[in-house]
Amino acid sequence: MAANPATKREIKSTTCYMCACRCGINVTVEDGEVRFIQGNPEHPINKGVLCAKGASGIMKQYSPARLSKPLRRKRGVPRGSSEFEEISWEEAFSTISERLQQIRETDPKKFALYTGRDQMQALTGLFAKQFGTPNYAAHGGFCSVNMAAGLIYTIGGSFWEFGGPDLERSRLFVMLGTAEDHHSNPMKIAVAKFKRNGGKFIAVNPVRSGYAAIADEWIPIKPGTDGALLLAIIHEIVALGLYDRDFLLQYTNSPDLVIVNPDSDEYGLFLRSDLEVEQTCIEPANKMWWDRNLNKAVYSHSDAADPRLMGEFELEDGCKVKPAFQLLRERVTQYTPEWAAGVTGIDADTIRRLAHEMGITARDEKIELPIPWTDAWGKEHESVTGNPVSFHAMRGLAAHSNGFQSIRALGILMTILGTIDRPGGFRHKAPFPRPIPPCAKPPSSPEAVQPGAPLEGMPLGFPASPEDLFVDDQGEAVRLDKGFSWEYPLSVHGLMHNAITNAWRGDPYPIDTLMLFMSNMAWNSSMNTGRVRDMLVDKNDDGEYKIPFLIVCDAFHSETIAFADIVLPDTSYLERYDAMSMLDRPISEFEGPVDSVRVPVVPPRGDSRPFQDVLVELATRLKLPRFMNLDGTRKFKDYKDLVINYETEPGSGIGFLAGWRGKGGEKFMRGEPNPNQWEMYAKNNCVYQHELPRSFQYMRNWNRGYLHWAQDHGLIRYTDPVNLHLYSEVLQRFRLAAEGKRKGRQPPDYLRERVRTHFDPLPFYSEPLETQTIDKDKYPLNAITQRPMAMYHSWDSQNAWLRQIHAHNYLFVSPRVGVQNGFADGDWIWVESAHGQVRCMCRFSEAVEPGTVWTWNAIGKASGAWGLDGKANESQKGFLLNHLINEEIPSKRQDYRYSNSDPITGQAAWYDVRVRVYRADDNEPRQSSPQFDTQPRVPGMEPARGKWQAFVKGLTK
Amino acid sequence: MTQLALVIDLNTCVGCHACVTSCKEWNTSGTAGPMVDRNPYAAEPTGTFFNRVQSFEVGSFPNTQTVHFPKSCLHCEDPPCVPVCPTGASYKRPEDGVVLVDYDKCIGCEYCSWACPYGAREIDEQQKVMKKCTLCVDRIYDQSLPEQERKPVCVLSCPTSARIYGDIHDPESEASKAINDAGGYQLMPEWGTEPANHYLPRRKVKITVHQEDLQRADNPLRKEDRGPRAPSTRTTLDDSTSW
Repeated sequence: MAANPATKREIKSTTCYMCACRCGINVTVEDGEVRFIQGNPEHPINKGVLCAKGASGIMKQYSPARLSKPLRRKRGVPRGSSEFEEISWEEAFSTISERLQQIRETDPKKFALYTGRDQMQALTGLFAKQFGTPNYAAHGGFCSVNMAAGLIYTIGGSFWEFGGPDLERSRLFVMLGTAEDHHSNPMKIAVAKFKRNGGKFIAVNPVRSGYAAIADEWIPIKPGTDGALLLAIIHEIVALGLYDRDFLLQYTNSPDLVIVNPDSDEYGLFLRSDLEVEQTCIEPANKMWWDRNLNKAVYSHSDAADPRLMGEFELEDGCKVKPAFQLLRERVTQYTPEWAAGVTGIDADTIRRLAHEMGITARDEKIELPIPWTDAWGKEHESVTGNPVSFHAMRGLAAHSNGFQSIRALGILMTILGTIDRPGGFRHKAPFPRPIPPCAKPPSSPEAVQPGAPLEGMPLGFPASPEDLFVDDQGEAVRLDKGFSWEYPLSVHGLMHNAITNAWRGDPYPIDTLMLFMSNMAWNSSMNTGRVRDMLVDKNDDGEYKIPFLIVCDAFHSETIAFADIVLPDTSYLERYDAMSMLDRPISEFEGPVDSVRVPVVPPRGDSRPFQDVLVELATRLKLPRFMNLDGTRKFKDYKDLVINYETEPGSGIGFLAGWRGKGGEKFMRGEPNPNQWEMYAKNNCVYQHELPRSFQYMRNWNRGYLHWAQDHGLIRYTDPVNLHLYSEVLQRFRLAAEGKRKGRQPPDYLRERVRTHFDPLPFYSEPLETQTIDKDKYPLNAITQRPMAMYHSWDSQNAWLRQIHAHNYLFVSPRVGVQNGFADGDWIWVESAHGQVRCMCRFSEAVEPGTVWTWNAIGKASGAWGLDGKANESQKGFLLNHLINEEIPSKRQDYRYSNSDPITGQAAWYDVRVRVYRADDNEPRQSSPQFDTQPRVPGMEPARGKWQAFVKGLTK
Repeated sequence: MTQLALVIDLNTCVGCHACVTSCKEWNTSGTAGPMVDRNPYAAEPTGTFFNRVQSFEVGSFPNTQTVHFPKSCLHCEDPPCVPVCPTGASYKRPEDGVVLVDYDKCIGCEYCSWACPYGAREIDEQQKVMKKCTLCVDRIYDQSLPEQERKPVCVLSCPTSARIYGDIHDPESEASKAINDAGGYQLMPEWGTEPANHYLPRRKVKITVHQEDLQRADNPLRKEDRGPRAPSTRTTLDDSTSW
């Protein structure tokens, strides 16, 4: 392989980070330069394959957009002008730690830390908690939190890192909306295998892009109407009896009796028996069924009971009750296929056929695996059975303000088909399943934030009732982004997309320092990009910036760098240690827990330093308790040291990595720190995989063996079964509070109606919030974005090879839209929303639902950013749709605006925007609009590359 | 006689471009490199790729197909690019059928690219020589690589296993079997170039639902009908007759 025998060649294993998929890679390094990056055949995630990004990692490593020096905004130069001077790391650390020390001693919440990646939260979350600030989140709030929350609150797990479709055994696979960028290589491997095995693949998507290209059937749907489709399918399946009754009885709350006396304060709550139960974060097992034979209420899950799923019954005291399934049945009565046809644009016969194909495949192609197992109630089963219908969905469903309820509907459809943690259906990945909702809770009062002390509670968690909200006595938000307030009660990933707007406005309060890591909030990661850029440079009357201090850490010259007061140069992924931690979002497989690491294969460029080391250093300088020994000395040398020596509690045996724990590496999941853990990972392809016994691999919500194993190994505290929430009593608690029927915390009056409407214990369809306020005749089109496969979940389209695939983007429109609006294929057009307008080029496409226009997201860049020439296509022809999307929407309260988000979870509603399109005038510039001043290069970047690049093994000629 | 080739499965290709950039990554630093880029960080970037994915739509809404079509040198059995070469730089190897360019002999006249009906050749605009897919000849015979890695890098990287590599003259090869089983075809056979690379067409799976399937004796709805009925609220004969 090495042509010159003198060449020093090494192949080192590590983990890719060209996107969030985290494939194993083998990196060939020749004479200290990266020669080749290939997929690691031994790695469970990608099994040797790689994607376009992974194979272009070499262009990231040697990118001229790399930052290499800590920088400070030049004195006297306005923020945003991107004029910097080099400083030493010591100066950077002392400047930052002095400032943060001051904040921490006075009011820790004036420091906010938001990160673009949510796979580093084990450390970033620890830092925020120890600092004492609640103002911390990663990008989940503007990515796919609806998918995480919607399914976790229904089935105790979700897609991607949490679980996924078992395409090995599935016969019918339905992918809803854009979902390709989550778990992309594993999903490609699995979909191809599924197709070769003869399964049917249906893609429901306004656009035939992504994996929909190879679907056996494409169902074009209007954006934001997935909930209507899913509810109509549920309607048909329930009406025809195509549901898995046995599964619903034993493993879901379908037969549990719900109190339906309208006057009762317990209206909509489950009927509880007199059984004594412990009050824990687990749902108590004291619910009741209506027994068919005795014709009376009996304890749920009692041995001889034969519960009813339908009907209305009266208790001896006159209390009226119905099984939860009956309530679902009543709910979906209105959602006929004919009704849904009018909403979704899919004809009623097709909707009916989809329901029949799902129901009949689930029922008639049952899988039986010869695996004995024991359920949580002690019943022994001879085999594991499954119904081979599976689904996958992510942001397409999630990024709407009605997304949470749509996704609840998806979870319920998967449940009534009997497909949860069973072969051929959906399967969990450790540490899921977790209780519904999981036990971790956010802080519940402003008292949790105290000067000079860590935050009481976790910065993020899963509220189960109003008592878990993070609000003050008036019911107002404590967090800067208003997460876990009555506005967005279940915002389990925070609302990063509103942090800057809120800080700028000083609502709920102004902050002092905002620290951003790897998140491009001055460009594609913000809605309303132009205005957010203005906010970052806006000043108070006293001349002070409204957001006084901004620290940006990134490896690249992003648009956000220009607004920094301090720039901290991060390393590339090939230059650092990293942990895909069990404390965060590991890379587990269906068969058991998996985690992995990155190890450096080449030294850092210039003076760049891993962000993790920077955080450990800052935490130590700030003397944050968990980073210090009891004698006040430094506990962790750096991140590498922390990863192997940190324990969640002293002596807990649970740390960042699950593999090779214990002094000699003889333990896993739980065990004392192992000084040689890094070496053991490095020797084993940088990945640890534990395969559960087969009898623990299915039905884990109710699998006694698995639940005991999971408790023994520190995954869960309780071994109670996790029954599926067809009916959500959690949501009903919030609704009762909003109706004033529940003791305890009440929403502020102006939010009562909003909470009452959206916290419906059963899924319902409503138009997206913005759509409800828009003149749909004026703005007749839905506008959405997707990411192209060569850039899924990546953050650097300056990559010299990948940008040759997508250097600029077009607005894709149906030719009918062009004809109606008087423009032709390739014309420059204006796209206008109620909020803003952009000028761009259009392309006609027959692969898009005619009421929808769409584009590739984040191809457009600001002029001069990312090491690109000021006249590069990305800025001159490329565009961002973000300018059309407001980060806020009006409320009924005067002068008050909500986040443009799901009112349950705070999920950014990117895909709710509506637009009109028209031809740009002939005398307008042939250039995308809006434009921004060209962003200059900064000190420490290499000079602009020339016209030619002949790349050979780390050298360019 | 051996004829190495790629068989590309359009039924699973999702157009991810893994083959495109992994090819570039391997070959730019390999014996066929460098693969030069022009304006790598400026306007209208363009460069040498041995393999590209063309994406296009077929049909009209809603009966639209989105097709991703990876294309590289097809290593024709009768390659028109070879006889037109004035210097003998363009040649087909007898031992494995791979069509190659000898950069030392190439004068960059581009006759070969005019002759190729598939547009598979790319002039290196800096080095002024013709470059193209080599089927990774610097990998497939490299004894220092593990045997399973002695394949073109596009084949190794492809996440959907849509690229099958092998000897299409060996009827037992995976490539030959795939062509036979799935109706593999050549591009523009009418040109008589006998391309060695083949494509496997899209194949659709359908589910047929019979009306009878919707009406089964074990329909769970029936469970909800049975069971004791509530007593009648009206008078019955049973209440009033006593004989």
